[in-house]
Amino acid sequence: MLFGEIFRLAFASLTANKLRSSLTVLGIAVGVFSVIGVMTLINGMRSSIETGLNVLGANSFQITKFPPINFSDPWTRFRNRRDINSPQAERFKELMGDAAKVNLQINRNGLTVNVRERKTNPNVRLWGTDENYVTAFNFDVALGRNLGAEDVEHGRPVCLLGDEVVQKVFPDEDALGKLIRIGGQNYTVVGVLASKGTAFGGSPDNIVLTPITRFLAVYGRSWRSIGLNVQAPSQAELAETQERAIGMMRLVRGLAPEDANDFEVFSNESLIEAFNNIADIVAAGALIISAIALLASGVGVMNIMLVSVTERTKEIGIRKSIGAKKINILMQFLAEAVALSLIGGLVGVAFGVGGGNLVAFLMNTEITFPWLWTGIGLGVCGGIGVVFGLYPAWKAASLDPIEALRYE
Amino acid sequence: MIPPSATAHAGPRVTRPPGALVIEIEDVTKLYKMGAETIHALRGVTLKIHRNEYLAIMGPSGSGKSTLMNMLGCLDTPTAGRYEFNRKNVATMLDDELADIRNREIGFVFQTFNLLPRSDALHNVELPLIYAGLGKAGRIEKAQRALVNVGLGERMGHKPNELSGGQRQRVAIARALVNDPSIILADEPTGNLDSKTGEEIMALFEQLYAQGNTIIVVTHEEDIARHARRIVRLRDGLIESDRAVE
Repeated sequence: MLFGEIFRLAFASLTANKLRSSLTVLGIAVGVFSVIGVMTLINGMRSSIETGLNVLGANSFQITKFPPINFSDPWTRFRNRRDINSPQAERFKELMGDAAKVNLQINRNGLTVNVRERKTNPNVRLWGTDENYVTAFNFDVALGRNLGAEDVEHGRPVCLLGDEVVQKVFPDEDALGKLIRIGGQNYTVVGVLASKGTAFGGSPDNIVLTPITRFLAVYGRSWRSIGLNVQAPSQAELAETQERAIGMMRLVRGLAPEDANDFEVFSNESLIEAFNNIADIVAAGALIISAIALLASGVGVMNIMLVSVTERTKEIGIRKSIGAKKINILMQFLAEAVALSLIGGLVGVAFGVGGGNLVAFLMNTEITFPWLWTGIGLGVCGGIGVVFGLYPAWKAASLDPIEALRYE
Repeated sequence: MIPPSATAHAGPRVTRPPGALVIEIEDVTKLYKMGAETIHALRGVTLKIHRNEYLAIMGPSGSGKSTLMNMLGCLDTPTAGRYEFNRKNVATMLDDELADIRNREIGFVFQTFNLLPRSDALHNVELPLIYAGLGKAGRIEKAQRALVNVGLGERMGHKPNELSGGQRQRVAIARALVNDPSIILADEPTGNLDSKTGEEIMALFEQLYAQGNTIIVVTHEEDIARHARRIVRLRDGLIESDRAVE
């Protein structure tokens, strides 16, 4: 008997019991949907993260009080750390000298920029920083000038606007030299940043840069920890620069040789790695849940196939009496179980890829098609069909033709 | 060849000379264990059936005729004794070998027709050819010819529930004939039909016999058995009589 013949037969008998077949298919589909959906989403996030988190240049790293992503260490490890305050940060920058470009940064989110009657939504991020911010985050100054060392030194009330802020408050006029108000304070616009486009987790263009000294004067110095971005002169010197920065930072923080670092050092790579660790855990969770769901639906397939074999005992008897061999009957019922599972798998993949990408789209990440997981999912479905269909099919194949013919 | 006719009555009664030996059963016994009890369904049956024979097997219920029929049809194997089909020892064959004999050498006709309800007449007749491994084109052609031969050339696309009892039995006969078997084994072929339709089916058997088929009919009805050329009577698991019909 040819494969085509067997599967044609399988589909014919599945369509003869539409409701029953579709309920079984649904069970499989849910299991596959959960794994494919999560994998699609994670895939999308991964590729977005790799481009989107690429905010730090390849040869730069960051020093902060707390780790940016933490999934493994207890909070108590970091809770009692001292803030990196302004004198420490400035001393560190001074100590690093020409060895690396150090950028001090501190920010406050959820602010509104006002220009006369125009205002932005309350979601602008105000950075207190210095002249190195623009290079640290790969921005270009589109108009005007960058922040200068003197602006920082004197705490001048000047600012650079991100592209999105400009679009909102200066839609059709030149922003340079104009005054804007943030939180009741006036700032003079000295420059405009070129747009970087959207990235994972929000727009990098919805920002305002002002000298860190100004920021601290306005928002206070206490309870604030300054972030330090360090750019090594080249990627080759990254490790060396990082060593040196850790040493300087320990000096600045006054740590004794036996003390552990009371700050975090991380690079682009370690950020992506940290995200990937989380993604792996989520993926593993989804995989376990799907495995359980698929196991349950496999039992469903077996149940339906056992019912089907009992119902069709007479048919099996007829087929055997006219010359069907064991293998013919076995293949017929096995094909039915595999067809059920594979249809379920295909439905699950369709909804999983659709659903995962819908969420990915809403989260502003990339649309992907998880070929690998689709392949694995369908393979597993086929396997479920075989494993859970084997016993009912074997049962059908082993029926005694005389008994089966007598069955009513 | 006698032209096919749906309502053919038994014409002039011809008896064909018997050909080669098809079935040879020697001292066959069959035991069934029902719990602690052992039932002797066959107690030592010896029987020879040749090609071109038209044989009826008769007996009251419990006489062992169903058991004998199952054995002749290679659905079952004897507990003891010798059974050769076309000079091949069937008694010791495995399930799949028996399936092969059933497929190629035996055409079953059942009392309850035993057609697949969801398949049309053509597919039902095609089924043995599928298991014989024939290609699609060859199957369709042979199945169509078999259906035409039993007078159902116009009903090939009908499902069993769209056919009358007599027509269903004709489909079953076409299915039995399609693989050119050595014997046609009919178990109470008229049991579910009214007497007029039953006569039509027996006329069809007469015609098939005249065309050169070997036919074994298992029945408890004297009228039906009399269509055959030879009647074997069973009682209590033994052959009571075996004679030709004048």
